[in-house]
Amino acid sequence: MPLDPMQLPPSTMVFLLATVIKMLFVFTIYMVVVAYTTLAERKVSAWIQDRHGPNRVGPWGLLQVAADGVKNFLKEETMPGDVNKPLFVLAPALSFCTAMIAWAVIPFGAPLPTPWGRIDLVVADLPVGFLYLLAITSLGVYGIVLAGWSSNNKYALLGGLRSSAQMVSYEIAMGMSLVCVLLVAGNVSLPAIVAQQQAGAYNVVLISVAAFIFLVSAFAETNRVPFDLPEAESELIAGYHSEYSGMKFSMFFIAEYANVITASAMFVTLFLGGWDIPFTSWDDTGPATVLKTLATFAMFAAKLYAFVFFFIWIRWTLPRFRYDQLMSLGWKILLPTALAYIVIVASAILALDASGASRTGWAFKGALLGINLVCLVILFVLIDRGRLISPAYSRLHKERVAQLRRAAELRSTLASGESR
Amino acid sequence: MAATKTIEVALSTTGLGPDGRPQRIPLGAEGLISSRPSLEPELEGEHMLINIGPQHPATHGVLRLVLELDGETVVRCIPHVGYLHCGFEKIGEYRQYNQIIPWTDREDYLNSMGNNVAYVLGAERLFGIEITERCTVLRVIAMELSRIISHLVWLGTTCIDIGAFTPFLWSFQERENVYKLLEGWTGARLTTSGTRVGGMIADVPDGWVDGLKGFLANFPKTLDQVDRMLTRNAIWVGRTVGLGVMTPEEALNYGLSGPMLRASGVAYDVRKDFPYLDYETYDFDVPVGTNGDVYDRFLVRFEELKQSVRILEQAVKRLPDGPVNVDDPRVILPPKHKATSEMESMIHHFKVVMEGPRPPIGECYVPIESPKGEKGYYFVSDGTAKPVRWRIRPPSYVNLSAIPKMVEGHLLSDVIAINASIDIVMGEIDR
Repeated sequence: MPLDPMQLPPSTMVFLLATVIKMLFVFTIYMVVVAYTTLAERKVSAWIQDRHGPNRVGPWGLLQVAADGVKNFLKEETMPGDVNKPLFVLAPALSFCTAMIAWAVIPFGAPLPTPWGRIDLVVADLPVGFLYLLAITSLGVYGIVLAGWSSNNKYALLGGLRSSAQMVSYEIAMGMSLVCVLLVAGNVSLPAIVAQQQAGAYNVVLISVAAFIFLVSAFAETNRVPFDLPEAESELIAGYHSEYSGMKFSMFFIAEYANVITASAMFVTLFLGGWDIPFTSWDDTGPATVLKTLATFAMFAAKLYAFVFFFIWIRWTLPRFRYDQLMSLGWKILLPTALAYIVIVASAILALDASGASRTGWAFKGALLGINLVCLVILFVLIDRGRLISPAYSRLHKERVAQLRRAAELRSTLASGESR
Repeated sequence: MAATKTIEVALSTTGLGPDGRPQRIPLGAEGLISSRPSLEPELEGEHMLINIGPQHPATHGVLRLVLELDGETVVRCIPHVGYLHCGFEKIGEYRQYNQIIPWTDREDYLNSMGNNVAYVLGAERLFGIEITERCTVLRVIAMELSRIISHLVWLGTTCIDIGAFTPFLWSFQERENVYKLLEGWTGARLTTSGTRVGGMIADVPDGWVDGLKGFLANFPKTLDQVDRMLTRNAIWVGRTVGLGVMTPEEALNYGLSGPMLRASGVAYDVRKDFPYLDYETYDFDVPVGTNGDVYDRFLVRFEELKQSVRILEQAVKRLPDGPVNVDDPRVILPPKHKATSEMESMIHHFKVVMEGPRPPIGECYVPIESPKGEKGYYFVSDGTAKPVRWRIRPPSYVNLSAIPKMVEGHLLSDVIAINASIDIVMGEIDR
């Protein structure tokens, strides 16, 4: 059977050219998506809060992002006295760039067949894509720390300090939760992890506890509510970007949303099967077609946006943690849980491999799922008690309400008994 | 005989120091840094002085807190007030009794209707006036509506301070509904000036009571939503339990009042203990806390919102017909159409407006339960149309005095939460 040239890897020249085109494509789409995520945040928050949200610029406020961008470009760039100028200018760029380049290794669709060969829909299919992702996302903290330090402002400094401590702590829990993904997938290349989930079940089902820890850490890594301590508005004004204005501020803003999207993409890729269309194997078997590419790309976008919506939803629902609670959650709960879970998952896989169960077989999946369910129940019982993070009681007990009522009744009878 | 204690105070009437330079207000920052031992002496870290306010999103106005931080732990807190000083009490000495009412709007501007009522209750006791039945019930409605406004603003801003944005907007929407009612009644949303000595500025317009009933039917639903968002939220509870604890003894010694005192377990409510406006005939509970922390203050105020709804429902039911203003020509103006057509009424109108009503010689103080605590106006009259001395007892000011006690040893984030739980209004504190 003659090999179809459209299904073969491309030549070097085509590969290089295609990579440049993919870079431009990803960057453009990414910037537009980031811009519209800011609008989505405002619209969703308005919906949650019974408001209208931006609706004046363009139809349904769709041009609001353009107006915001122009405004930020035209604004004056202020430079407070005694700042460390090189670092002050470098910090937003650092934040922005690290948020951008993390996307290089995320696969966003099934391979695209072209007359010059099969093009993988990932900018760089690194064999160590996974480690690259972890490395780059941890670099983002430098932008924030340098911004806080170079601003010569106490609020900004506190924001920067909080941020560095927070990100370093949650980095560890996040990395530990991802070890489980590696154990299950047996590979560190992101396309391989997607392929593993296509063959079996999604990781969110097999290793939910790891997914949960990753989820919490992702919120902390992106500095979103309930972990937005570095920029805690009510305490630190705006935290590390208090002194920034104009486009420099905008860079931080873009970086925040870019990080949200990157974290969502990581979750989708590592735990939700990436670009795989669930409940069908049409998309990952047989030869690649353009239709499959488009459909899987749309599926990836849908999963990504569902998760971005979740980020926004949480932000407008929950209050903010306190600094020490954040730390104790990271070090005392998430990290030990992740470590224990690694041990459990690793032993389970070892035992299953030793018993000769196939990795793609139902026995393997079923066993992991069963262990996982037990762990989930234990974890939620513990967390639901609320005693892990709060120093005292977390529930208003029925007896306590009754006690309040009795006290009120007692004093009202006393008051009516006295003649005035 | 009590022992007298002499305090020597260096007073400067010119505002100039001994060296001839303008005196500066001591900011409490000098010599602080090394005066207290470090929490972790082996680390020998440097303490940091940080200014919270007067321009800061979480100080509820222009409060300034100078904090000495060891890391993020507060070692010392020095509150500075006075940035919003307007001299209300002094201005009052140059105004007739009815002319002071607009100033009461502006001191605790979240409770303007309640202040108006509190003010005229004092003035009427001075004048010896008994108000009409309808007026009594209308004033109860006014006070409870403004309590709801004040508590809603407290609820919303506390949510923002602790990081939850959405309940803030929900509560401000309900606040908007109350403001619509007040606007329909008095013509103003914030600066209502809704009372006069001897009555109200006006009776409620037609259909107003139906609007109030509609509000009372919908408001508990919003409260339930906020309740679901916060009361049993582990983050919210974790952020508020055990913060700024005041024992009952401490709370009494600091002179706290209102929800601050009740959260500490002292069931003192002026409406129950020194009833005014027939509050003793209304059926309502006084919520009392046990721990005296921020969470208990939240629960107490939240329950008070529900109790206010109960009082309002009873008030709407018993609202009698009849005149609002007393029939006392000393203080009440003649009808406008008579003042422009009859000579006697015009002279009467002229005399009441230009000379003002004159109370007998004496002094009086009537406390009320404002949303912030015990509030009262103290009058000294020499028989002329203007008070010799007019003094406000501001509950926020007294409650704020406990903030150094409450925040020291807590983290910077807790300062914001504790400050929010005091429910201060700087207009009332600085006066």
